[in-house]
Amino acid sequence: MNDVLMSTIEQTVLSDYKYGFVSNINAEEAPKGLNEDIIRFISAKKQEPQWLLEWRLKAYRQWLKLEEPKWSNVTYPAIDFQDIIYYSAPKQRVGPNSIDEIDPELKRTFDKLGISLDEQKRLTGVAVDVVVDSVSVATSFKEQLADLGIIFCSISEAIQKHPELVRKYMGSIVPPTDNYFAALNSAVFSDGSFCYIPKGIRCPMELSTYFRINAENTGQFERTLIIAEEGSYVSYLEGCTAPMRDENQLHAAVVELIALDRAEIKYSTVQNWYPGDKNGNGGIYNFVTKRGICQGVNSKISWTQVETGSAITWKYPSVILKGDNSIGEFYSVAVTNNHQQADTGTKMMHLGKNTKSRIVSKGISAGVSNNSYRGLVHVNKNAVNSRNFSQCDSLLLGDKCGAHTFPYIEVKNSSSVVEHEATTSKIGEDQIFYCNQRGIDTETAVALIINGFAKEVMNQLPMEFAVEAQKLLAISLEGSVG
Amino acid sequence: MLTIKNLHAGIETKKILKGIDLEIKAGEVHAIMGPNGSGKSTLASVLAGRENYEITEGSVTYFGKDLLEMSPEDRAREGVFLAFQYPVEIPGLSTTNFIKTSVNEIRKYRGEEPLDAVGFLRLMKEKMALVNIDQSLLSRPLNEGFSGGEKKRNEIFQMAMLQPKLAIMDETDSGLDIDAIRIVANSVNKLRNKDNAVLLVTHYQRLLDYIIPDFVHVMYNGRIVKSGSKELALELEEKGYDFIKHEVSLPEEA
Repeated sequence: MNDVLMSTIEQTVLSDYKYGFVSNINAEEAPKGLNEDIIRFISAKKQEPQWLLEWRLKAYRQWLKLEEPKWSNVTYPAIDFQDIIYYSAPKQRVGPNSIDEIDPELKRTFDKLGISLDEQKRLTGVAVDVVVDSVSVATSFKEQLADLGIIFCSISEAIQKHPELVRKYMGSIVPPTDNYFAALNSAVFSDGSFCYIPKGIRCPMELSTYFRINAENTGQFERTLIIAEEGSYVSYLEGCTAPMRDENQLHAAVVELIALDRAEIKYSTVQNWYPGDKNGNGGIYNFVTKRGICQGVNSKISWTQVETGSAITWKYPSVILKGDNSIGEFYSVAVTNNHQQADTGTKMMHLGKNTKSRIVSKGISAGVSNNSYRGLVHVNKNAVNSRNFSQCDSLLLGDKCGAHTFPYIEVKNSSSVVEHEATTSKIGEDQIFYCNQRGIDTETAVALIINGFAKEVMNQLPMEFAVEAQKLLAISLEGSVG
Repeated sequence: MLTIKNLHAGIETKKILKGIDLEIKAGEVHAIMGPNGSGKSTLASVLAGRENYEITEGSVTYFGKDLLEMSPEDRAREGVFLAFQYPVEIPGLSTTNFIKTSVNEIRKYRGEEPLDAVGFLRLMKEKMALVNIDQSLLSRPLNEGFSGGEKKRNEIFQMAMLQPKLAIMDETDSGLDIDAIRIVANSVNKLRNKDNAVLLVTHYQRLLDYIIPDFVHVMYNGRIVKSGSKELALELEEKGYDFIKHEVSLPEEA
């Protein structure tokens, strides 16, 4: 893989943020602003059942009572929630059954992004559920998955076709009242992905979703729900690229994972939303709530994230280790450059006996950016013989950026072991000169060094994403040294 | 190949090189010896293009080009190789991957196609045998946790892979026991040919028992104060550097 990688790094270190274009799609939009009528509009548009409308309204009323969280290590101007469009759907005829039926303009957008569906289908064996603005527009490999009883569709479709599953699980891990942005999402979520793996089934392909923010001023409020029944396995990929914008865009997603007895869910993210320009103008606000529960015994949930984009990232993919012997993992690379701010980490809640968790966080800061790891390891009284290992490493490029680590550890029994290691280092001139002396220019040298630093996390990514992720690291840090 | 004329260089206000003259031709091995602080390693660093040094006077011509005008990476691509006294560690980056990047960057500069995995592996196997290095070392992160001897051997292996025209070896023998020196010296001897040249920077004579130099230069206080054949090295060994200090009277030393 490294061989492929090297040539891709060469190709990409010198390119600009290349996903900064706006495709011209006719969107059907709700008026700006947020009130109960807007929520009714969204719910009606999506022909939702009454219980869901009420669920949304309850969340909205709760949201009104909540305050925007201020504890994270990021600063940004106040968000005017009345200046956001909460619903925007690309015009489509009746739901497309095949890729060929898709709006040609949309297809071109995907092509520019390098996510040609046809290619994906043929070459990678990845089933892709693409979300542009808020509505899922293309789904492939559905039939093969259906043969195994796997459901992989948009959450809107799941609400229509599998209401019992949605009703049972949605909000069970991240309740609508969980936090400010989760409440907002619950009130206005427009679409997202749904995945159900039946008992004993090992999903034969990586499932993936590309999220993309498109119409102007459209906040995205995605909702993802993945349920892995007893003894099942699924690997899910989420990747993002967004067009360049001057105005800040809010993204507040909610992801919920449920792993039952002996089930395993692997959730990988490569996030490359527009980070704003060199002076800190524009960029995406990425305020996400991701949480999984190891509900059953011997179950496992693994989060892997490569966060290179967004002006502000605020996310803590967490695992509730409820089942005995269950395992939670969190592997993260967060890159911040220029004026980007990231406050990211995880929560591992050990409730069951003999539960294990592993945290590997690699923060890379450049420019005048700020990069914080914030993590909680909580071991309950009944979670006897539990173990946690945390490794938090920071790499600094230049002397104007910041790296911070906020580890919180709470252990309520005496048989558990919690370990935390942390390091901070700088890319040294000596390292760069050494590479230069071997004919390697400084940009490539930096890419080699950071990819080496992040390797432990990169190795967790599925092959399909590894190369792309390595490219992103190089692109995001372009121009930050030398 | 290389002509150094009246080279002056230093760090900030501290003058280290105070007028170096040296001519190196293809096929030659030059040894530069001298006491600590005489400026040997500075000369090696300046030739390789380390940025902390300021060149205040003089010129360095390499195959007719002004070497001092070239970036460090272009010097490397033009065939200047520095075997570091203290090779750096890059955690997580496999040695093989690093060397492959290096080889292909240099090939790209020369307008050659990059080596594919098979071609690279073939080249690596050949050079591994030549310098007696173990495969397992090359799959480890670059120099991370390597012993002193392993680091030096890795430098020689890279030299073999890159086939430089001018190899500058900065105290490659320091920190090595006699067996390791012999292995390193044997490798260097195998890599010598009529088209390349070696500049050996060393504190001790013992390396020169194995790599026989055509010329020996003694550096003292930023200048080459004495040049001669390999016998000069033996004389130094016998009499110590004090004899040079007495022999050479330097006005500003007083």
